[in-house]
Amino acid sequence: MRFWLTILAVAALSMAHPTHAADSIDPAADARAFRNYFVEKFPNVKLDDFANGPYSLNEDMRRQWEGKEQFPPYEFSLEAGKELFAKPFANGKHYADCFAEQGIGVRQNYPQFDGKSGQVITLELALNQCRETNGEKAISYTGDDMAALTAYMAFTSRGKPFDIKVPDDPRALEAYENGKRYFYTRRGQLNFSCATCHVQNPGERLRAEVLAPALGILNALPIYRSEWGGMGTTSRRFVSCNSQVRGVPLEPQAEEYRDLEYFLSYVSNGLPISGPGSRP
Amino acid sequence: MTAPDDSFPVTRRLVLRGAGSVALAGLGIVSFRATPAFAAANDKYPEGAFKQKDSKEAIKQLYGRTAEPSDKIKLDAPEIAENGAVVPISVSTSLADVSSIAFVVPENPNVLAAYYKIPQGTLPNVANRLKMAKTSTVTVIVESGGKLFSATKEVKVTVGGCGG
Amino acid sequence: MASSIRVRAIVNGETTEVQTLIQHPMDSGFIKDDKGEFIPAHFIQELTFEHNGRPVFVADWGTAVSKDPYVKFAFKGANKGDDLKVSWIDNKGETDTATFKIQ
Repeated sequence: MRFWLTILAVAALSMAHPTHAADSIDPAADARAFRNYFVEKFPNVKLDDFANGPYSLNEDMRRQWEGKEQFPPYEFSLEAGKELFAKPFANGKHYADCFAEQGIGVRQNYPQFDGKSGQVITLELALNQCRETNGEKAISYTGDDMAALTAYMAFTSRGKPFDIKVPDDPRALEAYENGKRYFYTRRGQLNFSCATCHVQNPGERLRAEVLAPALGILNALPIYRSEWGGMGTTSRRFVSCNSQVRGVPLEPQAEEYRDLEYFLSYVSNGLPISGPGSRP
Repeated sequence: MTAPDDSFPVTRRLVLRGAGSVALAGLGIVSFRATPAFAAANDKYPEGAFKQKDSKEAIKQLYGRTAEPSDKIKLDAPEIAENGAVVPISVSTSLADVSSIAFVVPENPNVLAAYYKIPQGTLPNVANRLKMAKTSTVTVIVESGGKLFSATKEVKVTVGGCGG
Repeated sequence: MASSIRVRAIVNGETTEVQTLIQHPMDSGFIKDDKGEFIPAHFIQELTFEHNGRPVFVADWGTAVSKDPYVKFAFKGANKGDDLKVSWIDNKGETDTATFKIQ
């Protein structure tokens, strides 16, 4: 029964955009279908709980996670992020000057489509753009500082629902569609698409890992992974996911990764930001 | 953080300051109730016990006795560790007069993971996060009224905590 | 904060519940770096909690305690506003100490 629901869900999603004509791209319909698929597949999971990834689907893991959340290992990265965020640039300006609301409580609005440049701006990209605009060098998208900064910004948005906008602009719709296409395309020697694991097999084990559901999967980023012994960004996770299916990863913040983040965040609209998260 | 001379790790420091509890007061260490001549009753860091590869040896070095299982010890550990690098393990007990609690993980390269001294007035409950190299039992030793009691649980580990 | 030590000490009825998280690599000495060489062991060996100059909890740790170590315990006899002093020493002889107000 599950198999046929999967086929129907995938078919429904692919039928929503049979051609490349902008007016047949329907993100709202996609988001509804995406959400319904997971809600029906896991009727006992509260909608908001999907933002907790594998912990929403595995009781034993959940207890370990709840135990650690009492005093989470990411405390130090969070503190570092707060300090980094407050530190002024050489020219005296701050990260706060580049964001609405001083950058506090805005994480749920990213990624955004920028009409001027015609591209998707993720939080990580926005932070580095802020640095470069203010005469600073960009920092690594997969390093500790970017992880700490985005952890702090996510923390200030904890509990706020994802509020991603796909404006009625053919470029935005195309970027969204591009991200969706990436999500469903098989790649790598293992020939897995993101959907293979996170739509068809959430809650199941892939070797030692319990797979997270795609709904809400970015709500917890950045994440402190026991495996990494530290905090890692969305960029880092995308790169490692590609490597793990024995594919060649793209450059961090490559257009396709940003479009992917755009799509995945949009279909999780309404679910709360749970970051920074902890994962195995 | 201060970084004193490397040749003074904690064991030598304590020995040089003398064995008396008065001399050790500066370090905040006072001797505890039981007085057998083993590492556990001394105030020294039990370096030898922490290097043991065998559980029986580690417990012998630490306490000089063996432990008997007790159902008055509640050992809380996951069925399957989500990651062997950070396994939350805790213990509570209704046994009286507890002076120390130790955790032993037989499949770890060094089997003694931690040893806690429980002065009077401190509850016999401890929660900590340990590394496990692979699937192993975890044994908690509780020293109560000078006797040793234990409880054991198996924890499956798929991603090892020691680099595996 | 310069200290590596974070503490939450809260009075709950007759007992004070203490949780601590310490920033420390707790390297076991069993892990190799990118060049294939073992990262030397670097871990906290002894962690002491004192109240009114008296130890209320002493942890002796080996290499199997997780990175950024955590421990939780509870003790009697303290009041809100009292000081709790926390200190540690590691296998390299490095130390840190901090004092916290019990809430």
